[in-house]
Amino acid sequence: MALLDVRDLSVVFKRKGTRPFTAVDGVSFSVEPGQTVGLVGESGSGKSVTSLAIMGLLPKRGAEIGGSVTFSDTELLTLSDKQLRDRRGRDLGMVFQDPLSSLNPVITIGLQITEVLERHRGMTRKEARVEAAELLDRVGLPDPQRRIDEYPHQLSGGMRQRVLIAIALACRPKLLIADEPTTALDVTIQAQILSLLSELVSETDTALIMITHDLGVVAGLCDDVNVMYGGRIVERAQRHDLFERSRHPYTHGLLQSIPRLNAPRGEPLTPIRGSVSDNIEWEQGCAFAPRCPNATDVCWSEPPELKADDGRMLRCHNPVAIGDAVTEGAL
Amino acid sequence: MLRFTVRRLLQAVPTLFVLSILVFAWLRMLPGGPATALLGDKATPERVAAMNAVLGLDDPIVVQYFRFLGRTLTGDFGNSLITGDPVMEEVSWAFPATLELSVAAMFLAVLFGIPMGYIAARFRGRFLDNATVITTLVGVAVPVFFLGFLLKYIFTQEMSLLPPSGRHDVLIDATRVTGIATLDGLLTGEFDATWDAMLHLILPSVALASIPFAVIVRITRASVLDVQGEDFVRTADSKGLTTQIVRKRHVLRNALLPVSTTIGLQTGLLMSGAVLTEKVFAWGGLGTLLEQAIQQRDYPRLQGLILLFAVVFVLVNLLVDISYAIIDPRVRVR
Repeated sequence: MALLDVRDLSVVFKRKGTRPFTAVDGVSFSVEPGQTVGLVGESGSGKSVTSLAIMGLLPKRGAEIGGSVTFSDTELLTLSDKQLRDRRGRDLGMVFQDPLSSLNPVITIGLQITEVLERHRGMTRKEARVEAAELLDRVGLPDPQRRIDEYPHQLSGGMRQRVLIAIALACRPKLLIADEPTTALDVTIQAQILSLLSELVSETDTALIMITHDLGVVAGLCDDVNVMYGGRIVERAQRHDLFERSRHPYTHGLLQSIPRLNAPRGEPLTPIRGSVSDNIEWEQGCAFAPRCPNATDVCWSEPPELKADDGRMLRCHNPVAIGDAVTEGAL
Repeated sequence: MLRFTVRRLLQAVPTLFVLSILVFAWLRMLPGGPATALLGDKATPERVAAMNAVLGLDDPIVVQYFRFLGRTLTGDFGNSLITGDPVMEEVSWAFPATLELSVAAMFLAVLFGIPMGYIAARFRGRFLDNATVITTLVGVAVPVFFLGFLLKYIFTQEMSLLPPSGRHDVLIDATRVTGIATLDGLLTGEFDATWDAMLHLILPSVALASIPFAVIVRITRASVLDVQGEDFVRTADSKGLTTQIVRKRHVLRNALLPVSTTIGLQTGLLMSGAVLTEKVFAWGGLGTLLEQAIQQRDYPRLQGLILLFAVVFVLVNLLVDISYAIIDPRVRVR
């Protein structure tokens, strides 16, 4: 039994006077206890909206959510706000992208941790403080006894992200969602935070959904990877399969566009042409068709289905041929 | 925190010094000097010159300034040209009345303004919000004196609920202690006097509160809407905190920062509003003194009043800065 089962999730943003916008369109995937699943895509691919929908953090007005999200046998989408608040922070934790804006600037980081412990673990302020210091120590914050009374602006970016991780893991959730947790950080700090995350989730057997546009992050961390494009999953594979033999032209393009150290000097990078704004509607055909090197007539007229193909799921009429798919030493 | 307060206090000193120069210079640049004001427009040049000598106005301007500064520092603002009484005495007699009115008005504005702004933001775009926005628009647009007369008409003329003007009922013999009528009654145990003073205070303070109230509602509303969309509020929600804690600790506390700045600025503006309100309600405060002083070119009194207003403004902003530092830790380190 999967810990989290997302079935046919869709999110449509509706505002008066504008055309409804489908941000997430029939997304299905599941997460086993202790598993790390990647959700990869460029900005606007619907990966963040998917995570917010799972957490129940989308605005109540203006967003129409369909499908189902089952978390250890409970349907999350039909829970009341109060029931959701009982679960969030306790069973599901979330780490956000920008650690500075994601922390309240006017209260101490100590209080920002203890308030979760008081809420979900029924601790007194005093007990929670002791526990908070331990949590800060565990996420590798130096001198936690002093830092606990400091404010977010007194910490560096990496330290703030450690605090956010401590908050998200404070109640030992079964599932942690990390939404681009390293995007706003220096490269050296990125590696530290990633190894901290993977260490913590394997220590506590927490399942992790890693949302990122950075395939390097996926390569180091995830068991299963879902690649999203235009609100739909276009390819799902195990990490090794994906990196060694990506079949979807989009995934292939992403891997090709990473600069390689062992490439001959002067060899140009191979970016994916165009941008997300070139997309066509999924109803018309394949949203990626305008940017796809393999696109044929069928791609412009018939939407591809997500089908099992060679041990993976693939949504493509003209996948990359198996021989060409080998992206040797991509990372 | 203490260091912050001391530093801010010290910063107020040069501000006031510069201000004293400005006040001094400005008054001496006005056409028609104090001598003509005293002697009348038909005075001969000889008499004016003689008067200038008596008043020390023929000394070099720098000497005059330092004499002015020295006297001011010892609390001597000279004598009013209208009444001949020391300005200090006049002002300290009238100041409590204006203070009482201003504090009451600001209290009302804050007490109702912040909750209403918050509620409007919570019900954004719905009836309650629209009603609030329109009400506050009217609040800003209606002049204080018009609102004053309107209130008097409704509550005195039509309903006979509240006294039309003044600070006391003539039949009540209240002892003056601080000059703040509502407080004096409590201090001396003359509770009927306090009750009477409060009834007199209601209409003028409501009239005076209308503008700051409307501004506070609008700023609070905008600020809450702003903060509601911040990432850290989403973080707070993702922690599963109760809506109550999210609203109080995470939204409201951050939203109050711009509101406290507004309160400081509005308190400064309240002074000018008080002049009009005092006129409408025959409230014998600084406004009456100021009005006379301007009309009759009473320089010593004007000087004293302007400096007093300035000191009050500087002090209020000092308080705002301190409250800012209490709410926002980032301000303390700067």
